[in-house]
Amino acid sequence: MKNILAIWQREMKSYFVSPIAYVVLTVFLFIAGMFFYGALSYVVQSTMMQAAYGQGAPPADVPGIVSRQFFGTLSVVLLFMIPMLTMGLFAEEKKRGTIELLLTTPVGNFQAMMGKYLASLTFLLLMLLASGVTISALFVYGQPDWKPILGGYLGLILYGAALLAFGLFISTLTENQIVACVIMFGIILVLWLISLLTAGAQGMLRDVLNYLSVIDHLDDFIKGVIDTTNVTFYLTFAFFGLFLTYRSLESLRWKS
Amino acid sequence: MSGGSGVIEVDHLTKVFSGRKAVDEISFTVQKGEILGFLGPNGAGKTTTMRILTCYMPATAGTARVAGYDVFEESIEVRRRIGYMPESPPLYPEMTVDSYLHFVAKIKGAPSAQRKSMVDDVMEKCAVSDVRNRIIGKLSKGYKQRVGLAQSLLNNPEVLILDEPTIGLDPKQIFEVRSLIKALAGDHTVILSTHILPEVSMTCNRVVIINNGKVVAMDTPTGLTNQMKGAEKIALSVDGPMSAVVDKLKSVQGVISVKVEGEENGGPTNYTVECNLRTDLRRVLAQEIVSQGWGLLELRGVSMSLEDVFINLVTQE
Repeated sequence: MKNILAIWQREMKSYFVSPIAYVVLTVFLFIAGMFFYGALSYVVQSTMMQAAYGQGAPPADVPGIVSRQFFGTLSVVLLFMIPMLTMGLFAEEKKRGTIELLLTTPVGNFQAMMGKYLASLTFLLLMLLASGVTISALFVYGQPDWKPILGGYLGLILYGAALLAFGLFISTLTENQIVACVIMFGIILVLWLISLLTAGAQGMLRDVLNYLSVIDHLDDFIKGVIDTTNVTFYLTFAFFGLFLTYRSLESLRWKS
Repeated sequence: MSGGSGVIEVDHLTKVFSGRKAVDEISFTVQKGEILGFLGPNGAGKTTTMRILTCYMPATAGTARVAGYDVFEESIEVRRRIGYMPESPPLYPEMTVDSYLHFVAKIKGAPSAQRKSMVDDVMEKCAVSDVRNRIIGKLSKGYKQRVGLAQSLLNNPEVLILDEPTIGLDPKQIFEVRSLIKALAGDHTVILSTHILPEVSMTCNRVVIINNGKVVAMDTPTGLTNQMKGAEKIALSVDGPMSAVVDKLKSVQGVISVKVEGEENGGPTNYTVECNLRTDLRRVLAQEIVSQGWGLLELRGVSMSLEDVFINLVTQE
């Protein structure tokens, strides 16, 4: 436990002395804010039009629509940010030779892995926490339902945890951060767009492909429904990523 | 190999990299408190052997025990007892010297109450206290090297494994690091690798010379040089016609080369004769010269420097 904490601490510090943390945070918050504003002004405009023409429709759930849009945007932006958070975790250690330090001190592979994984997860939490400032505007000017918002955040955390574990694994495969980043992008894009492939597929294959689409499992969370199927999906995904990371670290010894 | 009392016992260790034997059945033992010098040309297998001893990579065959624990079976126990300085110091360039050493102390399992004094102590020993708050990436090569050495000393390990510890240092720093390593012996057992020969004769109790993954010699530095003293090189001073003397000397069996020292000036000339390993030709040479009626003014064995021994051993095959 002490070792995990030591690795976690070092990793957090190194996030914040490199420009990566600031760039990722800034871009993430900028895009989140921009789309939040876009969604809000669109919805407000259309409700005003509706009111002006007086078609007698029930009043739209403005905060609900905005928050759904907002979480949808965040999930896509995260797809692009997560490779940045994980690319260096092991690749950089390999490049600098510090992996030789880690693997010859009493720190086990598991502890090294967990320290790094938890650091990337902590950074993700910070990003999501910062984005909360934007969405809290809804609470200032209205009474949104808090369930979809909480659900959305829980979903994003699980979704991030799954992708981070995979990014960590990719980072053990190379000593080049850029290579790690590009491979992770590739994997993420496939998992994201996999539902497009389902159009031509049938039966079992279609179900499997649909199930694998990482982003589709978020929909229920954003609606405020916490379904154990989706929770299990993300947790399994994260566990699998960590398992691969662990195995890959073990094999480093034999390959180097 | 020995009775099994050494702190480090290496037994028929072999490491194969994609069909190439980097380390080939190496065996040696290091006693407690000893400094063992690991000498060999680049690519001889020094680093590989050290990486196996530090549990960084497993051996293909053979066993190695450090402080009584098997490096493969009881890797964590071994890692608790070693300090390792790899060839390129494992530093995080964005950290300060102080925070880096604290980090290493932590992951080496140093109790938190002692960590600060421990870090201060190794910084003092390695003369890096004055840069403790500087960013490692901005330090000079010499400082980086010493921070790497400081790191290996943390948590007072029983066994120190240093891969070319003096590389990149200036002569004064080299001297300081050597005295530091000497001072560490006794409490610690040290293996250091180098291809700087004087370093071995100055710091080590014993030398293992390896070439192409094999041990080619193992002795004390003086033992290695004494073993061949006077045998390989003989200095002569002969009063006689130079070309005839050279021809005569060359005709003696076992002579490899004859070198004339200085010019022909009518008087006695100095020659250096090099002969086969482990043969003493002094008697034969003296007889040959005297039988020709030349004046033999001087004849002595020239003791070889460790460098000569080394070159001889690694170029033999």
